[in-house]
Amino acid sequence: MTVTSTTRPRAGSKASPAAAAAGGKAYTPYKFWFYLPTAVLYSVLFLVPTFASFYYSLTRWSLFESKFIGFENFVTFFQEPALVKGFTNTLIYGAVTSGAKVVLGLLLAVLLTSRIVGRGYLRSVVFFPVLVSTIGVGLMFQVMMNPERGIINGALGVIGIQGPGWLTDPKWALLSIAAVDVWKGVGLATLIYIAGIVSIPREYMEAARVDGAGSFETFRRIVLPLCKPATVTVIILSLIGGLRSFELIWAMTRGGPGFTSDVISSVIYKQYQAGFYGLSTAGNVILFLLVTAIILPLNLFLNRKEVDM
Amino acid sequence: MTFRPGTRGLAVMAACSLALTACSAGSLGSSDDAGASSVEITYLIGNQEQDLKDATQLTKDFTAKNPGVTVNLETRPAGSEGDNIIKTRLSTGDMTDVFAYNTGSLFQAIAPEKNLVPISDQPYIGDLDENFTKTVTSGDKVYGVPSGGFMGGAVLYNIPIYTKLGLQVPKTWAEFMANNAKIKAAGGGVAPVIQTYGETWTSQLFVLGDFHNVAAAEPDFADKYTKNQAKYATSPAALKGFEHTEQVHDLGYENKDFASAKLPDGLKMLATGKGAHYPILSGVVNDMIATNPNAAKDVGLFALPGDDASKNGLTVWTPGGIYIPTTTTGDKLEAAKKFLAFVASPDGCKSLASAGVPTGPYAIKGCQLGSDVPQSIKDMQPYLDKDGASSLALEFVSPVKGPSLEQITVEVGSGIRKAKDGAARYDEDVKKQAQQLGLAGW
Repeated sequence: MTVTSTTRPRAGSKASPAAAAAGGKAYTPYKFWFYLPTAVLYSVLFLVPTFASFYYSLTRWSLFESKFIGFENFVTFFQEPALVKGFTNTLIYGAVTSGAKVVLGLLLAVLLTSRIVGRGYLRSVVFFPVLVSTIGVGLMFQVMMNPERGIINGALGVIGIQGPGWLTDPKWALLSIAAVDVWKGVGLATLIYIAGIVSIPREYMEAARVDGAGSFETFRRIVLPLCKPATVTVIILSLIGGLRSFELIWAMTRGGPGFTSDVISSVIYKQYQAGFYGLSTAGNVILFLLVTAIILPLNLFLNRKEVDM
Repeated sequence: MTFRPGTRGLAVMAACSLALTACSAGSLGSSDDAGASSVEITYLIGNQEQDLKDATQLTKDFTAKNPGVTVNLETRPAGSEGDNIIKTRLSTGDMTDVFAYNTGSLFQAIAPEKNLVPISDQPYIGDLDENFTKTVTSGDKVYGVPSGGFMGGAVLYNIPIYTKLGLQVPKTWAEFMANNAKIKAAGGGVAPVIQTYGETWTSQLFVLGDFHNVAAAEPDFADKYTKNQAKYATSPAALKGFEHTEQVHDLGYENKDFASAKLPDGLKMLATGKGAHYPILSGVVNDMIATNPNAAKDVGLFALPGDDASKNGLTVWTPGGIYIPTTTTGDKLEAAKKFLAFVASPDGCKSLASAGVPTGPYAIKGCQLGSDVPQSIKDMQPYLDKDGASSLALEFVSPVKGPSLEQITVEVGSGIRKAKDGAARYDEDVKKQAQQLGLAGW
C-alpha cells in the first residue's frame, strides 16, 4: 500500500509537463502513421470478420453464394431440440466444471502450500495435465472409460461394483466429460490459488493463532476472503473455458450418444460440417452473446465485491 | 520520409514472401516448361486405407500406359470433415487437378455446374452404367467417372450359424425376427444382430438400406420426398426403418457392447461367429477379409427384408466419382482427362481389382467380377441381375439428406428415443438441407 501511494503523485507530475509541451492536447508518444499498420491489421483480421460474421448469420450461405433470410437462422437454431439441448448442456457443463475447479483447486492449493515433502515436485505434477494435448487426453479417457474393456470399470469390478457406461449412458456422458475436464484443468486453478495463498502475509495467520483460531477458522476467516481475487480469476477463466469447451467433448463422444452430450460448440461444428454455414455462424453469434451475457455481469459483480473488501 | 527505410524493409519482406510462394507454386508448375512430354497432376482422395490402395494401383497402372504423365496423390479426411475440405478448396480455387468425391446428393451440393469440368463429350461416356451417370449429372451434363464398384446396403450374415441352426435366408422382416429369436434361444453368447454405435455412421443401415422396400411399397416416395410432400414420420413404409432399429434394441437382440463397439469389433464378431447378422455396406467386406481370411467363405449377404417377400430387393450405393475442377487448365487438363478415360476403361477396373476385393459389381461396361470374389459379394449379383430386385439408395435419387441421421438412429437403437419421434426429428433435420440447396416447396 505504501509503495503505490508514493509513486502515484510522481507519475502524475511527470506526465503534466509533457502534456503541456504537446500544446494542451492529450499527450501521446506516437505519431498517427505509427498506429496505421496495426490498425490495418486489426481491421482486416478482427473488425471485418466480426461484422462479416454478423452479416452471414442472417443469410443462407453455401460458401459459393449467400441469400439474405433475416433472423430465420436464429429461429431455426432455437426451434431445434438438438440445439436447445446443446444450450442447456453448455450451461450445465460450464457451471459444473467451473464449480469443481474452484473447490478442488482451492483445497489442492492449501495442501500444496503446506510443509510437505517434495512440495515443488508435487506442485508441478498437478500442473502436468494442463500441458498435455486435450485431444490426447480425450482419446485416452475414451479408452479407459470403455464400459466393457476399460480400465476404470475393470478396477471397479475388482471391488465388486458394476460401473456404468461412462460415455455411452446418456445419464453419465456429459458428467464424465466434465470430470475429465476438471482433472485436466484443475492444475491451472491450483496454480492461481497457490499464488493467492502465498501472498497472504504470515502475520495474519499468526495473529489468528494467538487469538485461538483453529484450522477451519483460519481457513474460513483468513485464507478464503483474502483469496477472493484468485477465486474471481479462476471462476472467470474456467467458466469461459467451460462455455466454449469443444475439443474434449469432440474427442470423447462427438456429442453422443445421440445428442445427449452436445454443447453449443459441438452443435456449431456439426452444422458447419454439414455445410450450413449461415446457420453455424448464427450459432457462433449466439455463443458470443451467451458468453458475454454471463461473464460481463459476473465480472462486474465479482470485482465490485473485491473493491468493497 | 523518415520512415522510408522501414517501408523499404517491409517491401523487401513482402517481395521475399511473394517470391517464396511463387517458388512453391512454380515448382509444381515447372514441369510445364519441359513440354507436354512430362506433366504432373495431383489427385485428391479420401484417407481410408482402401481408397489409398486403389488410388496407388490406379496411378501406377495409368503411368505405365501414359509415361508422360505423373500423378501425385494427396489425401483428405473422410466423412463430413472431408466434405468441408472439398467445399472450401473448390470455393477458394485451391482444388487439386483431379479429385475423388461422393456422387448423388453430396455431388449436387458442390455446385457442379460452376466448379467442375463436364465430360459428356468424352467417347467412353456410353460405357458407363446408367445408374451411375444419373448420380453424377447436373443440368444435362455428366461430370464424373466411377472410382470403384457398386455397394450394397444389406445384412451380412454368418453362414456357419445359419447351417448349424438350420436357418433359411429371410425374405420378410417377420422371418428375419424369427431367425433372431432362434439364434438368441440357442444361446452360446451369440448376438443375433450386431450394432456398433462407437462409429455412428454404421447405425443407419436399417433405415438407409431399407429404401428398396420403401420404393417397392411407394414408388413415388423419392419424388414426393424431394418436393416436401412425403415424410419419414408419416409414410408407413419409410417409418419401418426406424421401427426396425427400435425393435432390435427393445427385444435385446443387439450385442451387449453395442453402444461402444466400433466397426472392426463388429466385423470380428461377425467373422468369428460371435454375432449372426450385421446390417452394413458391402464396402467393408474387404477390411473384414483382410483381418479374418475365413470370412470370405463364412460370411454371406442378403438384402434388408421388408414386408413383402415377392418384392424383396437390394438397396444399392453407386461408387464415388472422380472429377476435374474448372481450375485445372492447359496440359494438366489434358492429362486429367486422360486419367479419367483410363479409370473408365476395362483396364481401369482390372487395375482396381488387383488392388483389393471389389465392393460389388463395376459400373463400367466390359468389366466382370472375378470368380474368386468373396461369397458376400457374389450374393449381390442375383439381386442386380433380376429385374426390379434392386434400387438406388435414396441419397442418389433425391438431393435431400439430413446430416444428423446417424445420431438419430443411434438414439433410436439405444432406446433413448422412440422410432416415430426419431423419424419426425429426421424430417426436421432434412429441412435445413433442402433449404440450403434452395429446393422448391421447402
